[in-house]
Amino acid sequence: MSENPVLPNGWQLVVGLEVHVELATKTKLFSASVNRFGDEPNTNIDPITLGLPGALPVLNKHAVELAMRIGLALNCKIRPCAFHRKNYFYPDLPKAYQITQYDHPLNVDGFLMLPGEVRIGIERAHLEEDTGKSVHFGGSSGRIHGSDYSLLDYNRAGVPLVEIVSRPDIRTSEQARQYVAELRAILLAVGASDAKMEEGSMRCDVNVSVHRFGTPFGTRCEIKNVNSIRSVGRAIDYEARRQVELIEGGGVVRQETRHWDDASGRTETLRTKEDADDYRYFLEPDLVPLVPEQSWIDQVRLALPPLPAARREMLAELCGVDKNGESAIVVVERGQDDYVREVIANGGDPRRSVVYVQQAFAELGPKPRVPAKDLAALTILERDAKVTSTQAKTLLTELIEAGGGDVAAMAAKRGFEALDTGALEAMVDAAIAAEPGAWKKYCDGEEKALGALVGAVMKASKGKADGKAVTALLQAKASA
Amino acid sequence: MKKLVEIVAGVGGGSLTATSVVEEHLDRIRTRDGEIHAFNLVTADQARKDAAKIDADIKAGKKAGPLAGVPIALKDNMCTRGVETTCSSKILQGWKPPYDATVVGKLREAGAVIVGKTNLDEFAMGSSTENSAFGPTKNPLDVSRVPGGSSGGSAAAVSAGFAAASLGSDTGGSIRQPAALCGVVGVKPTYGTVSRYGLVAFASSLDQIGPFTQDVRDAATLLEVIAGHDPLDSTSIPQPAISLVPVLDHGVKGMRVGRVTDLPEGCEPDVLERLEAAFDALRNAGATIVDVELPSLQYCLTAYYLIAPAEASSNLARYDGVRYGNRVDAPDLNAMYAATRESGFGEEVKRRIMLGTYALSAGYFEAYYGKALKVRRLIYDDFARAYTKVDAILTPTSPSVAFKFGSKTDNPLAMYLCDVFTIPTNLAGHPAMSVPFGLGADSMPVGIQVLATTLGEQSMFKVAAELERAS
Repeated sequence: MSENPVLPNGWQLVVGLEVHVELATKTKLFSASVNRFGDEPNTNIDPITLGLPGALPVLNKHAVELAMRIGLALNCKIRPCAFHRKNYFYPDLPKAYQITQYDHPLNVDGFLMLPGEVRIGIERAHLEEDTGKSVHFGGSSGRIHGSDYSLLDYNRAGVPLVEIVSRPDIRTSEQARQYVAELRAILLAVGASDAKMEEGSMRCDVNVSVHRFGTPFGTRCEIKNVNSIRSVGRAIDYEARRQVELIEGGGVVRQETRHWDDASGRTETLRTKEDADDYRYFLEPDLVPLVPEQSWIDQVRLALPPLPAARREMLAELCGVDKNGESAIVVVERGQDDYVREVIANGGDPRRSVVYVQQAFAELGPKPRVPAKDLAALTILERDAKVTSTQAKTLLTELIEAGGGDVAAMAAKRGFEALDTGALEAMVDAAIAAEPGAWKKYCDGEEKALGALVGAVMKASKGKADGKAVTALLQAKASA
Repeated sequence: MKKLVEIVAGVGGGSLTATSVVEEHLDRIRTRDGEIHAFNLVTADQARKDAAKIDADIKAGKKAGPLAGVPIALKDNMCTRGVETTCSSKILQGWKPPYDATVVGKLREAGAVIVGKTNLDEFAMGSSTENSAFGPTKNPLDVSRVPGGSSGGSAAAVSAGFAAASLGSDTGGSIRQPAALCGVVGVKPTYGTVSRYGLVAFASSLDQIGPFTQDVRDAATLLEVIAGHDPLDSTSIPQPAISLVPVLDHGVKGMRVGRVTDLPEGCEPDVLERLEAAFDALRNAGATIVDVELPSLQYCLTAYYLIAPAEASSNLARYDGVRYGNRVDAPDLNAMYAATRESGFGEEVKRRIMLGTYALSAGYFEAYYGKALKVRRLIYDDFARAYTKVDAILTPTSPSVAFKFGSKTDNPLAMYLCDVFTIPTNLAGHPAMSVPFGLGADSMPVGIQVLATTLGEQSMFKVAAELERAS
């Protein structure tokens, strides 16, 4: 248990997250309407989506399968389960109830491991339907009360969601960010969701409380509208400080729902416990219990792809990088680790292969169009000092733009050629002779003087010299 | 008046045309529905077109459907594409569904001709059709009396010869009770037998669509067409419709029929007399009468009036004025909701929404709704025990013959008691039907209710057919 650096001594932060993810199904949870973001409003609708009188829900089996994938990836037990109605009035909720899972969720009692072997418990991951979307015009708050009019888009209504509820095991805002990032990586890996926070297909509600070490947990506040991993950290830090200051000033934290305002960096009261709805949950009589057969569960488990943590480990080992480092995380998140493996299989330099992909392949997706053998050839050119690292970057850009090609020919066309060691050494000697003042300072330990010397060599070589090689030569000469 | 099976035989065999049959029924509607008010809407033009199409198809040599040319009326809580579906409520007045209920599709495919939408107690909540926002339906046998409810319009339409058959929905007796009061046959099939897709929900775990007809054979014929699995209804039983017509002539020899020893009190003597006559008739036909106990029967009415309103409070929450139906504008959202629902719903609907909301509320759930579910389990178990000893059970359908208008409107509890014999079936999900069996007080018809276990429709129809032969 690590202490939170942003909190004063003696205070402990306790965080639990409720993450909603939209499932990547073709159709909605209970109807045949298309599940697709960004379409013309109210085009992906039907009698079930709109809750027209007489319409009945029919459960989408693929949604159940994706929810099971999430559960299994989070080490949950899959249970016989049922659907309930959660009743409340709001214009974007067409039936005036949401079909959700209440006391019998599909997935229960799992966990997610953060880097550093920090285990975050997963209480449940249940299926439910999304609401439509309201946009309010006029008024100052952007909410329905006080607005002049509202427009409703029911395309999102009925889209399948899985709500993943963590246990209050998170102790720092950094852990919360890691949790969301890791969860997102898992969702992408198992193909359950596109998990785009900016499009709302992954949404976080954050429960924050503070207490003094050794005392019971404090009263929690739920923070809504946290729409990026960065905001998760900022909102928690703000809210934790707010609660500590409140208590230290003699106040009491009220259980309430608070709204995160990203622009001002503050949370504000949305509603208190007193005006919370009574949802009158009861078993949804239009559906039958969902009892996944063991053979189905086993089938989903067997088909589960390797998860991000395992993939990062494999990649790190193969490439000689840190399994919790940027390259491994980013490449696995983008699903480009198979590609990196292919580059290495084609003779690519392991470390350069993963770094090139991390740095330059952000837009290329899991199956980059650059042939693996071409990227492999480039890493070898650089490794063997046939081109400088700067030249290699230029060639990499060209390779991506062209979608592949003979990198040796490209290098030759640009006049990139390796300087042999003798020529380079002669140029270094010439630079020392030309800049005696800088050389003396450098030999006296003034690192800044190195720049003038390297610059002189680069100028003499017309940029063909490899900066690293030049530095290494100068160092060797200075310490000789 | 022609029976359904006579029409099918005549139209299919060329001795009748669908057009002549439909005109005959439209004539009767024109002559008498002004007085009876069985219909909220008569779709005469469409019915004529549909009939002409059927006649043309048959003339062209196409095979006639199992309901070819049969004029059928639909309770106005079943969705009909492009045709107003109101549930006899102001809140849905003018609403035209963009789709057909599954049963409507099945009827059309079978060659039936839909003649109109029938009146009901608003959202099927009531036992007399006096709760319709558009005025009550009158009993064709005595217009000073109610036709029963909630499917009063559908029962009256068959009784008055406005349609050869009709469909109703039964949540606590809404098919059987009006069938009894109007002297026709009414069937509530096993829950899940007939698709609910497109039936505007009252209480989803209890609602079931079923037929009204002039006799038992017509009912069996119509039920065979509308039953069967529907993938659009998750509670639909995944098996084909049960074959019924072939068992009608089997008789009841060797069958065991239950007499409930602890029947709730309050039944009129004229009705009990007919019940005894029914047992005699079955005994004479070779059945054995066996005493059965249903100790939880006495709690069913109470349990029903918690479960049904609880589900209704949720099912009817969607009528909020936002997307369809009528809206009463107001300065803000909550005021709009309140004004819309205040003016759109009638007294009985509001009463049940409040009852149901209360029963589901935090702090009251276990004491009311939770306990009602336990009673539901008990009556289910009671029936299960009884059906180890018998093939069917007989009870009255309604405690009395059709009553006079206004005689129970001031006392909701008296009205609720109309369903005391019919409600247990819905709680158990079982089938039951009402068969006319002679006359009671004031020469009004008495209906006998035949109950059977889940998917026990064959036993039920055998007994019903025997009663019909004996009456």
